[in-house]
Amino acid sequence: MPDFIAEWLNTNDIFNAMTMMEYWDGMVTTVQLVFLSLVIGLVVAVPLAILRTVRNPFVSGPIWLYAYLFRGTPLLIQLYIIYYGVAQIPGIHETFWWTIFREPFYPALLAFTLNTAAYTTEIIRGAIVATPNGEIEAAKAYGMNWLLRMRRIILPNAARRAVQAYSNEVIFMLHASAIASVVTIVDLTGAARNIYSRFYAPFEAFIFVALCYMALTFMLVFVFRKLENHLLRHQRPINS
Amino acid sequence: MKKLIVAASCALAMIAGTAQAQDRNLRIAFDIPYEPFEYRDENGELTGFEVELATAMCEELNANCEFVIQAWDGMIPGLLARKFDLIMSSMSITPERAERVLFSEPYYITPGGWFGPESFNTDVTDMDAMKGKNIGVQRGTTMDTYVTENMGGVVSIKRYTTAEDMVLDLEGQRLDAVFVDYPVGEQTILNREGYKEVGESVKLGDGVGVAMRKRDTQLAEDINAALKKLKEDGTYDAIMEKYFSYDIKI
Repeated sequence: MPDFIAEWLNTNDIFNAMTMMEYWDGMVTTVQLVFLSLVIGLVVAVPLAILRTVRNPFVSGPIWLYAYLFRGTPLLIQLYIIYYGVAQIPGIHETFWWTIFREPFYPALLAFTLNTAAYTTEIIRGAIVATPNGEIEAAKAYGMNWLLRMRRIILPNAARRAVQAYSNEVIFMLHASAIASVVTIVDLTGAARNIYSRFYAPFEAFIFVALCYMALTFMLVFVFRKLENHLLRHQRPINS
Repeated sequence: MKKLIVAASCALAMIAGTAQAQDRNLRIAFDIPYEPFEYRDENGELTGFEVELATAMCEELNANCEFVIQAWDGMIPGLLARKFDLIMSSMSITPERAERVLFSEPYYITPGGWFGPESFNTDVTDMDAMKGKNIGVQRGTTMDTYVTENMGGVVSIKRYTTAEDMVLDLEGQRLDAVFVDYPVGEQTILNREGYKEVGESVKLGDGVGVAMRKRDTQLAEDINAALKKLKEDGTYDAIMEKYFSYDIKI
């Protein structure tokens, strides 16, 4: 640590080494929670989105209902229902599930994953549905079966169309994760709330945490810009 | 003529001044529900020990009082932002808070109490036995400070914004025990089947005072006088006996 930062931390009431560690631990928790829920959510969303485009209503109907429910209700309510609801299920305390759901992290992870998977499903479905008919017909003319068409033509093109909308979803998810602090998780916001309530300094505590979220957001924006440049290379003007 | 105008304006100013002293408008903030201090009864009316005490105090001060509901998290910022003028919501007097707000003399003190399920048989003062236990507190309370300072590295502290959320997690067995303001625990936990006091209660801090903005020193004097009078003339005792079976007077 550079000397002037150490010096500044030593002379500051609120931002001392201890609170910095709390913020850091909070940042780690936030990143873990958001990263895991996004990865699991994406892995779940891709097959769901494909099945959602199937004509058979018995296949696409339940997925439509799931996406409708989770996009139609606030994440905070979903988190409350899962976190407090799970503990009310009779007999759950004796099963091994309780060792998982006792910690607030896993109910929150479950709520965030289900929520982001619902949104991602709809984003990818939209991108799949928007595939030009000509591309599909051309693929059929080449004799590709459904699986090959999906793998070579539809999904790669859908990914190009979905990446911008999905980057928004990722950033929204990072910001939505702030509500994890209501179920005793000490994430970035939780750390800020603890420090605020200890020093009664709302501006310092929350402005600092806002800057942390901004830094994380800028990193995400950077990563997605690189990804877009890679995926959408064919759309770039020749001279740039 | 000039003299007359000056005299008239002086007289007006004096009238206005006295009128202000009589019709002092005060907005008082409470965080509900916090039984039995402030909560809504079956009819939705705001009531409780502090609400009644505030009403009596307002009469004593000759003030028009308006009651405001404010969540605990935003109490001090709300006061400083002039959303209301007084906090009478069981705010314990602490040096950290006293840097931001001006406190009256304390008007009650309650201990922090340990509550947990019948099956909890650990001595709460035995740090070895308490190791790794999940203890619930309300964020930013004196109970939070006590547990953080005395058992910080030993127990796992879960901080809650409201007492209900904490009791819900105690019921859901996520918490082994809670350390909460005694009257709150008595009202929300002890009246449930299967819960008990699990440790000796601890008297914390300097009691609870009325909080106001730092510059309102005249108001603080008036409030201190009014509270002193209420404590002496029996009004305070009458209100206290309505809500408590034990003494919280300070």
